Amino acid sequence: MSNELVNAIADMREEDALRIVREMVESGSDPMTILDAAREAMAVVGQRYEEGTYFLPELMLAGEMLGQITEIVKPALAKAPEVTRYGKVVIGTVQGDIHDIGKNIVTFMLDVNGFDVLDLGVDVPPQKFVEAIRDFQPQVVGLSGFLTLAFDAMKETVDAIKEAGLRDGVKIMIGGGQVTEEVKTYTGADAYGRDAMAGVSLAKQWVGAK
Amino acid sequence: MEKQLSPDEKLEALWQGVLEKKDPQGNPLQFQSPEAEKAYKERVQRFRDAIEMKKLPDRVPVTVFPSMFPWTSAGMTVEEAMYNYDKCAEVFQKFVLEFEPDVHWGAYAPGPGKFFEILDYKLYSWPGHGVAPEHSYQCNEGEYMKPEEYDDLIQDPTGYFIHLYLPRVFGALGGFQMLPFFPGILEMYGLALSFIPFGLPPVQSTFQALFEAGAEALKWVGPIGGTDGVLATLGFPNILGGFTKAPFDVIGDTLRGTKGIMLDLYRRPDKLLKAMEVLTPLMIKMGIGSAQSTGNPLIFIPLHKGADGFLSDEQFKKFYWPTLKEVILGLIEGGCVPLPALEGFWNTRLEVVQDVPKGKTLWMVDQSDMVQAKKTLGQNACLLGNVPSSLLNLGTPQDVRDYVKNLIETVGKDGGLIVCNGAFFDDAKPENVKAMVDAAKEFGVYA
Repeated sequence: MSNELVNAIADMREEDALRIVREMVESGSDPMTILDAAREAMAVVGQRYEEGTYFLPELMLAGEMLGQITEIVKPALAKAPEVTRYGKVVIGTVQGDIHDIGKNIVTFMLDVNGFDVLDLGVDVPPQKFVEAIRDFQPQVVGLSGFLTLAFDAMKETVDAIKEAGLRDGVKIMIGGGQVTEEVKTYTGADAYGRDAMAGVSLAKQWVGAK
Repeated sequence: MEKQLSPDEKLEALWQGVLEKKDPQGNPLQFQSPEAEKAYKERVQRFRDAIEMKKLPDRVPVTVFPSMFPWTSAGMTVEEAMYNYDKCAEVFQKFVLEFEPDVHWGAYAPGPGKFFEILDYKLYSWPGHGVAPEHSYQCNEGEYMKPEEYDDLIQDPTGYFIHLYLPRVFGALGGFQMLPFFPGILEMYGLALSFIPFGLPPVQSTFQALFEAGAEALKWVGPIGGTDGVLATLGFPNILGGFTKAPFDVIGDTLRGTKGIMLDLYRRPDKLLKAMEVLTPLMIKMGIGSAQSTGNPLIFIPLHKGADGFLSDEQFKKFYWPTLKEVILGLIEGGCVPLPALEGFWNTRLEVVQDVPKGKTLWMVDQSDMVQAKKTLGQNACLLGNVPSSLLNLGTPQDVRDYVKNLIETVGKDGGLIVCNGAFFDDAKPENVKAMVDAAKEFGVYA
């Protein structure tokens, strides 16, 4: 059953996937088995996205399926599932910019690749990044921005992290819209990624994951 | 019987109208000097030659197609540009006179702030309304059309916009929900019943808001539209006729939202395809209509959700390109020059979109590989671009000069290139923007 579930999710058969989950719940399957299967399927989806066979429709549908499955399984779940994580990432769209599609894709891809991600949302002031770094203790910080105004906001955020004395404890990656190597240098970030996969491989490299 | 004009005749009429420009009273435009008149005509011709790819223009044309840069670079906030119409117009004129692009695109980008307030516009946040004074307005993505509403949109798009969509994106237009079903207004019997809504307070206050909004739009368009006239007399044409959109983006940007449309590809692909098919003639009509009313041939089409990484090749060919292509061909049929803008990266789409009639379109290129673009799309269409925002913002004038020189040498040799920024920008070093224009004039002369 759980193999069938993995395949249904990974192959984007939403109705089949939800039907299988309901059947498994009704027949008394361990909810953890269901969630493990869902997670395994998410990894397949992430891999297919990396390989260039899956794109936004598949990522978004996979996210939707995962949300629905979690809802179905939740009542039967005794405790929150524990997952081994490579490391922690704080991510957000910088102050003044309210675009979130790119950031959400990176968040999804980091999550399915084994990172614990704290998403601060959009239009995030530098100080909020600083506080999140203090509280959440991430190894990696991701700054997203679509507009040219984001160049300065990214720089201000990096500066604020520096001033708070937290710069040495984190690696900072930036991305989105018009971001290039020059922008990376200007902002004082450690690296920039052109797409979600680049973000994942930077994060993996920084936390020493394979 | 009036003779039907062919597409080429319609296009010719628009270009002639641009060349023989009239003032608002319908008299021939009085140029400020014979030099200004000569420069105006040369600039229009230079653009036209580059687009049509039949003969080389005298040099590579150059333009600046900014977002808020003309105002931010003058030390004005975006908020001021949106609320002080006279100053907005004045600053834009100075911008064109200082940078001297071959054509400009008008001072329409900021728009009238007060007008959006009157309508309680919810689709965008703007300075003072969710965005800081110095920042540009930004779209609030959302699901403004529910998935179960596809059939309403398909059956009657105009009715859908009036009754459902507009009241959602304009807080002041709630009364539209109560309007009668217009195709039901047919016979004398019972007719007055259909008109009852117009007597009710919510509908009346909606119409009040519309009157005020209309008056505000008129107040704004005076100085802003007047700018085009003044700049024309000084030798600087604006050939932008209006805009339209790819049907996929109509649904994905502001109706269903990115997430909504991406899920629809799987959950209701047939409805999505049908809705795009219904919207296609409307998008053609929108472009042709604005070209006819402004008298300018170029119809801008910002392209968003077909970029690299959004869809697979197969999905792009099935969902994005067919209706966009139809819009492009329909505009050409109507005598317009479509100007699609490939925002972001489109490297994987170039071979698909090159399938357009030669010399009839102009494509704005952002970060796609220009050499690749030239080999594919560039065989059939003039490319406009692609000086990067990051370079204009953070580079030096010398960097920009080198970039433009290289661009002209690698893809501009045989024509089919117009030098321009690749993406709309608010912030840049003015000396870099100047360097872009000057470099094109220096290195772009055809022997």
